[in-house]
Amino acid sequence: MISANLSAFFYLISGILFILALRGLSSPETSRQGNYFGIAGMIISIIVTFLSVGNFGPGFIYVLIFLTLGGSIGAFIAFRIPMTAMPELVAGFHSLVGLAAVFVAISAFLKPEAFGLGIVGNIKLASLIEMSLGAAIGAVTFSGSIIAFLKLRGIMSGAPITFKGQHIINLFLGLTIIFLIYYLCTIQSSNIFWSIVIISFILGILLIIPIGGADMPVVISMLNSYSGWAAAGIGFTLENTALIITGALVGSSGAILSYIMCKGMNRSFFNVILGGWGATDKVSQANNNEQKPVKSGNADDAAFLMKNASSVIIVPGYGMAVAQAQHALREMVDALKKNGVKVSYAIHPVAGRMPGHMNVLLAEANVPYDEVFELEEINNDFANCDVAYVIGANDVTNPVAKSDPQSPIYGMPVLDVEKSKSVLFVKRSLSPGYAGIDNDLFYRDNTLMLFADAKKMTEEIVKSL
Amino acid sequence: MEIDPFIFRLSIFILSIFVGYYVVWSVTPSLHTPLMSVTNAISSVIIVGAIIAALAGAKQNIFETSNIFGFLAIILAAVNIFGGFLVTQRMLQMYKKKKK
Repeated sequence: MISANLSAFFYLISGILFILALRGLSSPETSRQGNYFGIAGMIISIIVTFLSVGNFGPGFIYVLIFLTLGGSIGAFIAFRIPMTAMPELVAGFHSLVGLAAVFVAISAFLKPEAFGLGIVGNIKLASLIEMSLGAAIGAVTFSGSIIAFLKLRGIMSGAPITFKGQHIINLFLGLTIIFLIYYLCTIQSSNIFWSIVIISFILGILLIIPIGGADMPVVISMLNSYSGWAAAGIGFTLENTALIITGALVGSSGAILSYIMCKGMNRSFFNVILGGWGATDKVSQANNNEQKPVKSGNADDAAFLMKNASSVIIVPGYGMAVAQAQHALREMVDALKKNGVKVSYAIHPVAGRMPGHMNVLLAEANVPYDEVFELEEINNDFANCDVAYVIGANDVTNPVAKSDPQSPIYGMPVLDVEKSKSVLFVKRSLSPGYAGIDNDLFYRDNTLMLFADAKKMTEEIVKSL
Repeated sequence: MEIDPFIFRLSIFILSIFVGYYVVWSVTPSLHTPLMSVTNAISSVIIVGAIIAALAGAKQNIFETSNIFGFLAIILAAVNIFGGFLVTQRMLQMYKKKKK
């Protein structure tokens, strides 16, 4: 048994270690050390909690058993998961944090005296508000993340599900939750508490179904943020500094990532969240460009062009992840480097299904991170580059975003791929990308379309190099 | 007049949001995926609440409803803690500099 003051001090240390864990991510060199800080913070928190509860009876054994059980499952998943599945893994993990927050809130509601929050039927007002907010946000995080997980995993279609009056229903549900929390504070009935949890589950589902697959980077970041706010809500209930600090860190981290992702698409947060992008414009735009001439080539043409280039920029996108083409790509780059070609990679902020998705895949394929550049760093280099190799990206290269104010993607920052001397565009067909619009790049004189699966095409190029 | 301890916690909360804001902006974009997995791991410090819930008043009957919710939350949070930190570690191991 240790005093409340001493344990509060240790929780503060945990909080600081968590801050250092995030701080470490400012560069790949310090990041691994940062992760150890995070682990240390977690161990301190758990040990201090055991000591401050001071109950080492049979319950303690069960806690250890369940801790080991969960830990083994987590470790198993962490080692087995392929890097391409990282977006759905993160979504799945968010759902667990959300559900854990709900369970802790339920437990605190059922047995407030264990947490020092009053007694059943007479819980402290502030605690009641905090725990019901924690439960509501946790529940939204849980069910929303499950939907995101299903969409990313492909179990559920990535297409937006929209229906009339959707946003009004969501608004209504949101207001109902707030009203019920108010009502709960006055009569403290457990039925109301359960209703809050259930309505929040439903709200979470309804919030995420209208959002399409390629908007998932925003959704994952947003759910990341929610899981933080849920943790903070529980932190206030438990009067625990480590949880409050962590909740605030995670909450703001997710919010910033959502902001970066929205900016990468030049869309407002609400535009993304209210969903349904691309669903309306598809019909009007699709038929315009049917007759334009397209130059297409094969792997030998591509190999010839790149071998004789002095610099090549690779533009990967979600299609590379789908085709698992990152390793083949790396082989191609190695072959090019042997021929004295300078190769770099250009990553758009919203390439892939989550922030930093492409970077992880390239790192997995042993691409050194100092060859990989962000949009602002590399965009001027396209003008001086001989070949741009676009693999699995589409909308983020569309020059229409710069020229046509009518286009739904107008104003979105795009990679200036068309400025390079020639563009190799690996794609299975001329179908439009997620935004539902045709890519002007396909019809440019300096574009050579390579119609094939990203991985197969890249492998063939390696052979002919 | 005494200040309600809630105000102190609120102060910690708000200051932490600011710390988070500046720290996260300094994270390099190439590490945004590990950032998400590590924030996910640290938010599982909610296990603190789960442990308290699981051990609450557990002298006579350790499987009251509130305890069971605590135990369930421990499993969920533990999956996240181990999964989150290990997968972050696995990712960070892959980031290498160019060989000179």
